[in-house]
Amino acid sequence: MLNTSELLERLNKDFDGSLALTEDSQAVSVNKVEIIKLLQLLKEKHGFEMLLDITSAEYNDRLEVVYHLMNLENAGVLRVKTGLSKQSPSVASSIPVWKAADVMEREIFDLMGIVFEGHGNLKRILCPEDFEGHPLRKDFKPDIIERF
Amino acid sequence: MEERGSGMEINKYQAEDSVNNNIIMTTVDKMLDFCRSNSLWPVTFGLACCAIEMMAAGGARYDLSRFGFEVFRPSPRQADLMIVAGTVTDKMAPLVKRLYDQMPEPKYVIAMGSCAISGGAFVDSYSVLRGVDKIIPVDVFIPGCPPRPEALIDGFLKLRDKLRGQKAQEVKKDA
Repeated sequence: MLNTSELLERLNKDFDGSLALTEDSQAVSVNKVEIIKLLQLLKEKHGFEMLLDITSAEYNDRLEVVYHLMNLENAGVLRVKTGLSKQSPSVASSIPVWKAADVMEREIFDLMGIVFEGHGNLKRILCPEDFEGHPLRKDFKPDIIERF
Repeated sequence: MEERGSGMEINKYQAEDSVNNNIIMTTVDKMLDFCRSNSLWPVTFGLACCAIEMMAAGGARYDLSRFGFEVFRPSPRQADLMIVAGTVTDKMAPLVKRLYDQMPEPKYVIAMGSCAISGGAFVDSYSVLRGVDKIIPVDVFIPGCPPRPEALIDGFLKLRDKLRGQKAQEVKKDA
């Protein structure tokens, strides 16, 4: 299993100690302005070459985007989390690092309403194009008006 | 009957008898209905888990072909029956409608399973159509989640009875 605290120490040399582990000590938490720098570093210097998934979660005070990375050398899986404000959630797109982020970011935009800046083709992917709202947000109320 | 030779001679009663035993009197409409009801061609079209049961019904174990219904067509232009087997989402609904519109008349629809009937377990969802009868007319509803192949075959037979001109009331009574 991946030694996250040891990895965090190595990472913090490049981040002036601004990174932290999450409560369960399994994931790295990072400020959203440094997310691309961190992902790039993890990919190029620490062997996390593969982007497994991007997910998101909603908490009472914030939204979170979670990146799941995999090191193909030792099969270690690392999660990187970054918190966003609920009012206007936005984070830089990770397409420059991984092309595979394209559809995952579109899905998160569609269902959670998080804007990925610099994505280039950020439109709905699952819901119909004329759909209003972002259905997986907790304040979403299903539209009971029949569409047909 | 005019007399010709002794060997050819048949009387009136023999003639009636021979007509009754060898000739079926009917209308062209009824004949066509009978033929059509024995060779419904469904369009190959599955939306969710109900489609698995539909495939099972088409396979050797349940053998839908006993009744002449097994010719699943890959094109709506060649089909006269649509089995809506599964959840119809709002995004899929216009395509279901288009496929239905592309089928030649006369055409029939079977709504298979809770989802196609009313939205089923997803009735409160933001993305699911609450019943396929909102967009296309449905002839036979088959309840179940999913209905077993026997239930689907029973639905086919109900549709067959409907095509043969039974009154709707009688079809319902059998159910």
